[in-house]
Amino acid sequence: MNVSLLLIILLVGAFATYFAGDKLASKVALLFSLVALGTSIALLNAYNVGENISFFKYWINNPSVSYSFTADGLSLIMLLLTTTLTPLIIYSSFGNEYKNAKSFYALILFMTFAMSGTFLASDGLLYYIFWELALIPIYFIALIWGNGDTEERKKAVVKFFIYTLAGSLFMLIAFVYLYQKAGSFLIQDLHKVELSRMEQFWIFWAFFLAYAIKIPIIPFHTWQAKVYQKAPTVGTMLLSGIMLKMGLYSVLRWQIPITPIASKTYLPILIGFGIAGVIYGSIVALRQKDLKKLLAYSSLAHVGLIAAGCYTLNIDGLRGAVLQMLAHGFVVVGLFFAAEIIYRRFGTRTIADMGGIRTQAPKFASLFMILVLASVALPTTFNFVGEFTVLYSLYQINVWFALLGGTTIILGAYYMLKMYQQVMLGETNSKVFADVNFHETLVLVIIIAVIFFFGLYPRPINELITPSLDQILRTLNRIQ
Amino acid sequence: MNTLIAIIGLGILCLLFEIFDARKAIIPIVVIGLLAILGLDISEYNNPNTYYNNMLIVGKFSSGFSGLFIILTIFLVSLSHKFYENHQTKISDFIAIKIFLLAGAVAMVSFGNLAMFFLGIEVLSIALYVLASSNRLSIKSNEAGLKYFLMGSFASGIILFGICLIYGAMGSFDVTEISELSRSAELPIWFPIGIVLVFIGMLFKIAAVPFHFWAPDVYEGSPALTTALMSTLAKVVAVATLYKLVKTMNADISPAFQLIIVIVSIASMTVGNIMALRQVNVKRMLAFSGISHAGFMLMTLLSISKSSGTLLYYTSAYALAGIAAFSVILYVCKTKENEDITNFHGLGKNNPLMAAILTASLLSMAGIPVFGGFFAKLFLFNQAIQAEFIALVIIAVINSIISVGYYFKLILAMYTKEPNETKIPTPTVYYAVAVIAIVLNIALGLFPSFVLDLL
Repeated sequence: MNVSLLLIILLVGAFATYFAGDKLASKVALLFSLVALGTSIALLNAYNVGENISFFKYWINNPSVSYSFTADGLSLIMLLLTTTLTPLIIYSSFGNEYKNAKSFYALILFMTFAMSGTFLASDGLLYYIFWELALIPIYFIALIWGNGDTEERKKAVVKFFIYTLAGSLFMLIAFVYLYQKAGSFLIQDLHKVELSRMEQFWIFWAFFLAYAIKIPIIPFHTWQAKVYQKAPTVGTMLLSGIMLKMGLYSVLRWQIPITPIASKTYLPILIGFGIAGVIYGSIVALRQKDLKKLLAYSSLAHVGLIAAGCYTLNIDGLRGAVLQMLAHGFVVVGLFFAAEIIYRRFGTRTIADMGGIRTQAPKFASLFMILVLASVALPTTFNFVGEFTVLYSLYQINVWFALLGGTTIILGAYYMLKMYQQVMLGETNSKVFADVNFHETLVLVIIIAVIFFFGLYPRPINELITPSLDQILRTLNRIQ
Repeated sequence: MNTLIAIIGLGILCLLFEIFDARKAIIPIVVIGLLAILGLDISEYNNPNTYYNNMLIVGKFSSGFSGLFIILTIFLVSLSHKFYENHQTKISDFIAIKIFLLAGAVAMVSFGNLAMFFLGIEVLSIALYVLASSNRLSIKSNEAGLKYFLMGSFASGIILFGICLIYGAMGSFDVTEISELSRSAELPIWFPIGIVLVFIGMLFKIAAVPFHFWAPDVYEGSPALTTALMSTLAKVVAVATLYKLVKTMNADISPAFQLIIVIVSIASMTVGNIMALRQVNVKRMLAFSGISHAGFMLMTLLSISKSSGTLLYYTSAYALAGIAAFSVILYVCKTKENEDITNFHGLGKNNPLMAAILTASLLSMAGIPVFGGFFAKLFLFNQAIQAEFIALVIIAVINSIISVGYYFKLILAMYTKEPNETKIPTPTVYYAVAVIAIVLNIALGLFPSFVLDLL
């Protein structure tokens, strides 16, 4: 058993979904995503008992490229995040009707395929191909099934596409350049390349451009809010829950170990970028009138902190960043789903038009409240573990970093609770709000269960990721 | 050699069809004949040989590219059936001209003598002039043909002048002899001048900046099928010939010459892309996109000793994407007067398959992974970086980003606009050609070594 099986399942799933026709598409997609989840759990087991789950096959002779998939703890946990969120995301869309549903669900599975490939590939070019492939489905999902005015949506989505493509093409140049030096695209060979300071700096920034746009790190975030707002909720969940983790994962996997000197030199600047994102995102979120846009900016703030954690280059920072990636993935999907639940009933995303939901829908109110609290990193939630670890590692570097980074919790609490108050509390709204149905409850409950479970017991994840993070740091510190 | 003779024989056969009034059978028979010729070509791949005192050199390079030309011609001939529906009486002329054009193309990549080279160019060009103005009653087509003829014959004149100067300097038309003589220390000044003149003439044929002005008008005015031929087959032939010419005659490229190539390449990419952004006519847009692709293909000249595989790969990926795109364009604009983007509105709803094929071919041209176009650009960049032209690669990448802008304009039109009329029935042959071409393109992407290691 090896990881290529999972990719095949997802790819076959995408085609099967397309050919299943509009009526069955959602169910087939859900089925395949659940099979993929089962497979990735089985892969995790196989990995834990020491079985070799990597896959290697030559592809192109010159330049030498191979189908090379390697799974270590870090890849596996990202894979699990992807395959756990995908069925949830697909299931969460069951209340909606989509035109041309077969293409819609096929694109979702195809995107999951591409994202899983990105997390698994250990050949630079293969990784790049998956990285780009993930972009095409989300482009069409946001473009065709998005909401709002077509012209405006078109602008936002095209901007997003061109931005991301532009960034990644510079990464491609970096890879091709590295290939000249190493004679191979394989990650272990790329780690061994001796690069001069100057070369490292160029390559570092080429990678940074690709990742900073994807994550997004300030000042490359301008595409984000509009796209999150205009995309259908499923697309927003895929983007914020999984796709932006591709950027963060790549920082850890590719950028830092390949260019250690540059990473160390730019450490304060990069943490500065991250923390600037935290503060900027939080302040802008305060002023948002659109619920989805508010969540987009809050996501920007959280991701800024994760990015800062990745660039601390110490084990606590890295571990915290990975934990927070997972936690953020779940919470943000939950929050966007809550926004979608409200939209299904009220047909609006403007915060001012909401209010008075709590009295009508107590179940939804409590579930939403838990998600809001998790998002502001209340102790016992998963987010607390992640954020606290990152802040601790920032404190080790400079107390000011920790202090400024910590504003995420304070400002976050402020805008999230204010949002909750405006959306849920207040006078009874004249509009009727039916409480959450079974589907919706199930999705929210699963997310909340995950958040609490790993909030109280993060050890299994820690044990899984720490060896691979140690490995990354060892590669990083090979040159003193 | 046998390939060339067989092609000419097939062309003559086409003309005979008219006499015997068997026009209905012409397309199937020509397609089968071309497939047989493709087999012949493959058999020649492993038997390098020279014919008629080095007039023709048949080798891996020539048979590899000839194979590509034959495949493209098969596609173009298959599309002809529907396209010339209203000109049934002239169909055998049109097909025969295409076959002779192919003969010219094959002669161009297998020349061993500059006389043969020029002969090939003229056979190809004259066929193209005729095809450009083949829509006799349309004033635009007439204009295109005349424009192309005037400019093209001027370029041919320059090439001929260059050949004369080379002969004056070297005393021979034979490329191997010229190549050997060119290594000697003292070269008469005529030789580089001649080379430059031939180079300029060829740049005109491939429509590289600053010799590109004919392309948009001619592409727009010509009948759509001729435009398809020009932007795929004719462009690929010209680039391959230029490559062979530079490679055989001028093995050691001087830095000054490299600089010229870099400048022309950058100018072609940039001008082509920026002009394409503003076009509303799809044929014009693809003309400018072709100019920018010519710039990319010129990059192969910078590492000329080992880039023939890359060039074959790039041209195949580009031409196959072009064929797929044009069969969709032919389908959409069959009943329309022009090829404006508005005609493509709502194609995603009306005909999802055709829209998906056009999207795929545009993504391939833009260089998005898994399609052949991505790997083509990758191999190209890889070789350019190997030859230490990093700045050129960065400019090329920026150009790729710009190109996404106009390729996506078309994709957006297909998927976000409302259709302006009801469905039009699709002839199966358009489907078949489009699907096969795009499948071949994706197969190129999945198994790049197959083509890359041919040469």
